[in-house]
Amino acid sequence: MATEPEASEPVVPSLVDRYFTRWYKADVKGKPCEDHCILQHSNRICVITLAGSHPVLQSGKTIKSISYQISNNCSRLQNKVSGKFKRGAQFLTELAPLCKIYCSDGEEYTISSCVRGRLMEVNENILHKPSILQEKPSTEGYIAVVLPKFEESKSITEGLLTQKQYEEVLVKRINAITATT
Amino acid sequence: MFPLTEENKHVAQLLFNTGTCPRCIFRFCGVDFHAPYKLSYKELLNELQKFLEMEKDELILEVSNPPPKKIRLQELEDSTDNLSQNGGRISGIDDGSIVCKNPNLSVCNVCLGILQEFCEKDFINKVCQKVEASGFEFTNLVFSVSFPPQLSVREHAAWLLVKQEMGKQNLSLGRNDIVQLKEAYKWIAHPLFSEELGVPIDGKSLFEVSVVFAHPETVEDCHFLAAICPDCFKPAKNKQSVFTRMAVMKALNKIKEEDFRKQFPCPPNSPKAVCTVLEIECAHGAVFVAGRYNKYSRNLPQTPWIIDGERKLESSVEELISDHLLRVFKAESFNFSSSGREDVDVRTLGNGRPFAIELVNPHRVHFTSQEIKELQQKINSSSNKIQVRDLQLVTREAIGHMKEGEEEKTKTYSALIWTNEAIQKKDIEFLNDIKDLKIDQKTPLRVLHRRPLAVRTRTIHSMEIHYVDEHHFRLHLKTQAGTYIKEFVHGDFGRTKPNIGSLMNVTADILELDVESVDVDWPPALDD
Repeated sequence: MATEPEASEPVVPSLVDRYFTRWYKADVKGKPCEDHCILQHSNRICVITLAGSHPVLQSGKTIKSISYQISNNCSRLQNKVSGKFKRGAQFLTELAPLCKIYCSDGEEYTISSCVRGRLMEVNENILHKPSILQEKPSTEGYIAVVLPKFEESKSITEGLLTQKQYEEVLVKRINAITATT
Repeated sequence: MFPLTEENKHVAQLLFNTGTCPRCIFRFCGVDFHAPYKLSYKELLNELQKFLEMEKDELILEVSNPPPKKIRLQELEDSTDNLSQNGGRISGIDDGSIVCKNPNLSVCNVCLGILQEFCEKDFINKVCQKVEASGFEFTNLVFSVSFPPQLSVREHAAWLLVKQEMGKQNLSLGRNDIVQLKEAYKWIAHPLFSEELGVPIDGKSLFEVSVVFAHPETVEDCHFLAAICPDCFKPAKNKQSVFTRMAVMKALNKIKEEDFRKQFPCPPNSPKAVCTVLEIECAHGAVFVAGRYNKYSRNLPQTPWIIDGERKLESSVEELISDHLLRVFKAESFNFSSSGREDVDVRTLGNGRPFAIELVNPHRVHFTSQEIKELQQKINSSSNKIQVRDLQLVTREAIGHMKEGEEEKTKTYSALIWTNEAIQKKDIEFLNDIKDLKIDQKTPLRVLHRRPLAVRTRTIHSMEIHYVDEHHFRLHLKTQAGTYIKEFVHGDFGRTKPNIGSLMNVTADILELDVESVDVDWPPALDD
């Protein structure tokens, strides 16, 4: 933390920059541009968010509703954890769906966990006010919190992209689009 | 005066014949005054022999008279015969050979030497030498002895034997009618200790001298109990052997008399050697030091910060304080506790945070208030990252006051806050008017990995703002203890509601945090 603030721009890294590492997964489940961003805290906790390039965050999109009901008999809202050891948590694999986002244009997007671990909580605030998801996708508009197994806290990010790799993916994508047009 | 009387003679004779020492004979005859036990072993043996020989004379006189006694005598002869190891008959009572047959200084078959050489002056002096060499400071002491568990089995066997013998005389013998081995041992050993070390024995003393005895030759004595009472001997992680004294006692209380007799000789066999001394140890109970500390560094954790066995920062508040205390109290280790804690990057200013340190096994414990004051100065002059005040010796009980205050008491903080949008003084003045604001805090993400997930309601009692510039202001807060201040400022992904950002409708972040006061009035403030 800096002692003397200088200009109006933040001279210090943001909350996310200070405590979290950003990991990305591009084209989740083969769906183009459906990129996710996983914020991993130094204490191994992961916050699942949408990457800036996700279709839902593109201008012109309006979210109609969000649902944590991922199948007829499973809702992420039913997840309950108790005690220091978080007993009772739903276990998630990388591909486990967390929620569905329905847009006013009729499109429907499924958000996946991307990391193995136990579900701590989902963000109920975005149910009541879906616009937070678009306004602050990497903080208040998070999707869910996942606690990886202690012994897997390093390996769960092995298949994910770093910030740099993600930016390269974005550049390639733009190049591909300009090439075709 | 010799403590045994006419009615003890049969029991005394029986025990003596089977290899029991004079002091154990006293115990089984219920001699419950201390003086006789303190006589020297040689004296006791002489007196006992005289007593028993006197009995022989009397017996001879009585033989011609009442026939019941003769029968009893006969039985005595039979029983000793049955029990003698080699099966050889004990030849005749008439010639007085019973007394002479006993090797005078052989190892007692009941106490395995505990009430023989181990309670005599030579041994006690040896223990005292160890105590004096240990370098502890003490004004009284508690003495504890630990006997091998199989002693209880032998004690039980001897008790059954004596009970049976007394039954023949229509007398009963309860478990509490005999003097416990440990009792008798203390009667003899305590005065010797007191005299040698020049301090009283006091059960409440913090200084403990302990002696542990073992008897390898007879360890298997109690193994048969496991077959009969398996439920008394369940293995446990922290037990070296299932045959603990408690387990053996429990089994002995359960086992039927006839089952015991089938498995274990009554009287017990005479052992070859006395007990061995496994250890002689001195230990001093913990003492406690309390005070308040200030932390002036944003790179100093309260307790050592170690992740995956690797140190993140080289020092900590507790080490900067405790290292000095350890050295001066000559203690083995310490335990640090405090009224709450602050993050590594948070300073603690004002009167500081109450703390207490338990000093484990201290060799030095007596200090004048002047010496404690000097110790405080020493701590303060050795680091500019922390300072200590109100340092004092306290009782274990008093530490509770510090923890009591933890939840109900209030704390005041000063935070430097950044906002993403430009602000004027008038934009933030409304915060000054908010009183007793209730906030709901979900367990912060930064501690969620080690604390239960919960929503806790906390109260922000008051706030006071100091405008700095368009993007910064300083916020003074008075809050309920247990409030997560950083999260109240930045909102923790919207998980603390309301938060400074949501109240102001901006994105807020916290750049610096200081604890200004921890309002716990313990330990008492001291004058400088």
